[in-house]
Amino acid sequence: MANPKIDLKNLKAGGFIKERGKDLFTVRLRVPGGRLAVDRLAKIAEVAQKYGKGYVHLSVRQSIELININFADFDQVVAELGEEQQKVASCGARVRVPTACGGCEYNPNGLVDTQASALEVDAKLFGTATGHHKFKVCFAGCPFDCPKSAINDVGFQGAIWPTLDADACISCGLCAKSCTEGALAMGEDGKPVFSAENCIYCGDCVKVCPTSAWQVAKRGYSVRIGGKWGRRPLIGTLYATFLPEEKAVDFIATVLAWYQEKAEGAGRVRLGDIIHKEGTASLLERLRVDFPEYILASTIPPQIVDTQLPLKG
Amino acid sequence: METVDLRGVTCPTNFVKAKLALEDIEVGETVEFLLDDGEPVKNVPRSLKADGHKLLGLKETDGYYVLTLEKGE
Ligand code: SF4
Ligand code: SF4
Ligand code: SF4
Repeated sequence: MANPKIDLKNLKAGGFIKERGKDLFTVRLRVPGGRLAVDRLAKIAEVAQKYGKGYVHLSVRQSIELININFADFDQVVAELGEEQQKVASCGARVRVPTACGGCEYNPNGLVDTQASALEVDAKLFGTATGHHKFKVCFAGCPFDCPKSAINDVGFQGAIWPTLDADACISCGLCAKSCTEGALAMGEDGKPVFSAENCIYCGDCVKVCPTSAWQVAKRGYSVRIGGKWGRRPLIGTLYATFLPEEKAVDFIATVLAWYQEKAEGAGRVRLGDIIHKEGTASLLERLRVDFPEYILASTIPPQIVDTQLPLKG
Repeated sequence: METVDLRGVTCPTNFVKAKLALEDIEVGETVEFLLDDGEPVKNVPRSLKADGHKLLGLKETDGYYVLTLEKGE
């Protein structure tokens, strides 16, 4: 029987997770991109002190979790967190809070504004019911990919395409030396020669060039789809390159719509497994309608990482 | 032309030393910095460029780099 003191609306998107103890819950808070103002942090600390165990847990996806919250206090907890605009996160078969690295504002490696992307996705898609299983999104600022884009349902990785202004080049050779991917070598004329097929869009050449002879011709996201971790890991594969930052939300929405439709009747199945069943061509085709210039001609299905139990043989 | 030897000086001390050396010369004059390979040569030249100086050359010699620079405003 429902406790009349509890506003069940608060529970709708999830984020309240049953603990072992009687009447006790973990309350997962919504921290898109893992960044939050210290005023909010102070409020969270205050609430944790007052209603919780006096400590919090940092989830592996950048959320702060309040521990040992009695369900009778839910309304109070939600209301007090709300004083600093702190909201509760989601769980279950929904679009989860997006994760992101620091991005480009203060981090010298960042090529794109991952924090802005995470906030936008959180504002527009957070909590959307998938009808099937959870749906995770992350944003990495560059190909170092600290947030591990390939183990998300849709994972974004910042990328640039370099172009050379040969007149500005003073032939120092630093770019060729810095390119770890073998995409640059110094030519006979003392200028770098670009082998596009080896380039991973990391931007190291642009960053290292002392005269700005290397410049950014294109900037955006490399997008991988179909990844997950857990008992049966899958590595997401590449579907789009140089997707403009402002198209990320619409792109995810298209993938989500395809997933909702194709997983119909399949039960609790993640996107990557649906791609295995349906094939990559169908998803590529759907994405090509709205994002023709960024979609690859073909791709491979999510890659199975067969390192889990049971023992083989 | 003055030569400032920054070999054996790690980041970011080498950059700070380069800035101090540049304070002692006139705008438009050129100066040479000797920089170690690796992080120093990747960081110091572009940081000095970002400070408004003009890079005239950067050449590798015997395992280190010679950066030639004209002091900017
Ligand atoms: S992914 Fe790139 S930009 Fe993001 S934290 Fe890692 S190195 Fe920095
Ligand atoms: S972007 Fe990265 S991989 Fe491509 S040429 Fe430049 S340094 Fe090499
Ligand atoms: S780093 Fe810049 S200046 Fe040096 S060789 Fe490459 S393009 Fe030319």
